[in-house]
Formats: sequence, structure tokens, C-alpha cells
Amino acid sequence: MSGALLSILKRDLGLLLLGGRRGGATLPLLFFLAVAMLFPFAVGPDAPLLARTGGGVIWVAALLAAILPLDRLIEPDLEQGMFDQWALRGIGEEAVIALRVLAHWLSFGPPLMLAALPAAALLGLDAAHLRTVELGLLAGTPGLAAIGVMVAALTAGLRGGAALAGMLVIPLAVPLLIFGAGSLASGGSSGIALTGAVSLVLLAITPFAAGAAVRAARG
Amino acid sequence: MQACRLVATDLACRRGDRVLFAGLSLDLGPGAACQVTAANGIGKSSLIRILAGLAPAWAGSVTREGMAGLLDERPALDPHQPLGKALAFWHAVDDGHDPVMLARLGLDDLLDVPVRYLSTGQKKRAALARLIGQQAQIWLLDEPLNGLDTAAVALVETLVADHCASGGLCVIASHQPFALPGLQRLDLMALAL
Repeated sequence: MSGALLSILKRDLGLLLLGGRRGGATLPLLFFLAVAMLFPFAVGPDAPLLARTGGGVIWVAALLAAILPLDRLIEPDLEQGMFDQWALRGIGEEAVIALRVLAHWLSFGPPLMLAALPAAALLGLDAAHLRTVELGLLAGTPGLAAIGVMVAALTAGLRGGAALAGMLVIPLAVPLLIFGAGSLASGGSSGIALTGAVSLVLLAITPFAAGAAVRAARG
Repeated sequence: MQACRLVATDLACRRGDRVLFAGLSLDLGPGAACQVTAANGIGKSSLIRILAGLAPAWAGSVTREGMAGLLDERPALDPHQPLGKALAFWHAVDDGHDPVMLARLGLDDLLDVPVRYLSTGQKKRAALARLIGQQAQIWLLDEPLNGLDTAAVALVETLVADHCASGGLCVIASHQPFALPGLQRLDLMALAL
């Protein structure tokens, strides 16, 4: 059983991180950097303003970048009957979903944290702000991954599911954004701790919520 | 092979607000095979999914002893991967690799070809390789002969016969004739509402 789960995780990572023809982790990363690059062009070269708003921009860019891979998280496997085959082998949807959250996080969380370094340079963030942003992303991206997988499971198989998924992620991600980006203004660790708490709640409920959604979609 | 059994009692299936069939009972033991026939839209595929436990029955109950394997129109192989890698994933999950069977199914030359470039019949044979690797006792085949040429049809019939001879059981939902000694037949049309 654990061997089977390991194979599934390896397959998920292959599809999401490396991605082959489907783009893998590079597309959200480039999107994230593009937003960080466009923002100074749009608001002008006002260094204090950029430094004050830059952390928030990184957070919004991270949230939007997390939406990009949603349509290939659950839908292809549901369509190809993979979930049926796993169910027949006694591998529960909850276990598959938990692995999918892990693979999805690995494919965008750590890369985004790396990309936040050049983004911080582009926006003129100082070292203390950058540290808060990085810690906030570490605490918040697992929650974003969980929301992404949950919403992808809920909208799999629906017409226009990808667009709907994007619309559904945004309100659900608001608590993460408030606490994560809020930790920049207060400068304290309490915002990061609350971001981590929201992430933990989301990680705990996602396997069950998304598993139920997959079972319902299978019908 | 472990003893296996598939018992369905008084099954009924509903799609939307239509009851497709009702009062279906079935009792298959080791070595038994049953072909379900019906016109399109009567619920052959729904019956297979209910027997597999993937869809709820509207009424009645299903008892399975032994693992069920499903073969339907979706091969459950990653379309972008070469066939060899896509099958290797299931081999790793099922812990069963049989190169002789790949050659027998005529797949050994196709292992480098991405699954999406395979023809309907080739995909069907690839799905059969996945099913055989699962080593399930209960085979649930939904239209297993679709898209297969004459030689492959004969091969599927032989594979099912081998499976039943080794103590497995098999339910085949197909509108095409299926040649198998001792094959039971169940006409779903008689139970349709």
C-alpha cells in the first residue's frame, strides 16, 4: 500500500513539477515574476512607495500564480478514470488528495519562495521585509495549495470549471492574504502565526472535502 | 487465486429521474462468466459501475469477495506519457509486471509511443495489460471488444477463458457476440422499465 502511495506521489510530482508538455512549475513562476516586474512600470519609480506596497504585490502575485495550474490538478485524472482505478485497488480518495496537495505545494511553494528573491529586488524591499515575506509565504503557500486542490476537485467536470475555479479560490484565500500580507504592516510574527494556522486548518479539511467532491463527481 | 464471488440482489439503477432497470439478481462464483446484453442506453455501463462499487445502486445490494478490476472506455493511462511509462506506473502500484503478456497483447513495439497517439484498439489492449497486471479476481469488462480487430477479439476471449479457468470470474457488458464456453447470458432488456 505504501509502495503504491509512493508511486502515486512520484507520478504527481512528474506531472506537476516537471510537467512535460503541460508546462509544469515554470509557467506560474514566470507569471509571478512578470507581475513583480510590471508593477514598478505601472506605479512609477517611486522607491518608498514600491518598498511600502511591494510585499503586498508579492502576495497577490503568489495567489494568482497558484490559480494557474488548477485545471490540471484533478480534472484530467477524473476524466481518464484514474480515480476509479485507485478506488478499485482500495486506495482512498483522501490519500490521493493528500498526496496531490503535497505535490502541488512542492511544485509552486518553494519555487515561488525562490522567485520572491528577485521579485523583492525589483520592488526594492529591504532585508527585514523580505524575511517577513519569505516566512509568510512558507506559512501561507501550503494553505493556497490546499485551497487549489479543494476547488479543483469541486469544479472538476463542470463546464467552464477552470474559470469558475479561479473565482472560487479568491474569496477562500482572503484570510491567508489578510494575515500574510498583514504581517508586513505590523512587522510582527503574529500575522505569520495566524497565516500558518489558516494553512493548517485548510490542510486538515482538504483531503476530506476534495475526496467527497471526487466521489460525487464520479457518480 | 483466492476464492471470489460476486452477488447482486434485486438491483435497480436510476439515472436522473428515469429508472433504467430493476430486479436484477446475479450470483457468480469462481470460474463463472456472464455476458450482459442490452440495447444502448439500458444501463449496461451503469450496471458495471454499480457492480464495481463505483456508483450507488438505487435499490438492492452488491457483495464482492475479492478485488475487482474494471476495463471501460477510459484506459486510465496518462495520454502524454509513452505507453511503457504509463503502464510502469500501474505496474508499480500493482506490483505486477509481465513482459510476456505485453508481447502477447502486441504492445512490446509500442512502448515508446505516447498513449494519445495509440489507436482505439491499441488503447484497449494497453488497458487490458493494466487489468491483467492488477491480478484482480473479479473482472468487470465494459464493451471490451470495441475497436478490436478479429485477432484481438479472439485474444480477449482466450484471456477471459484463462482468467476463469484459473478461478477468476468475469462480467462482460457487450452488445457484440462473445465466444466463451459456459458463458451465462443476462438480457438487461427483460428487466428494463
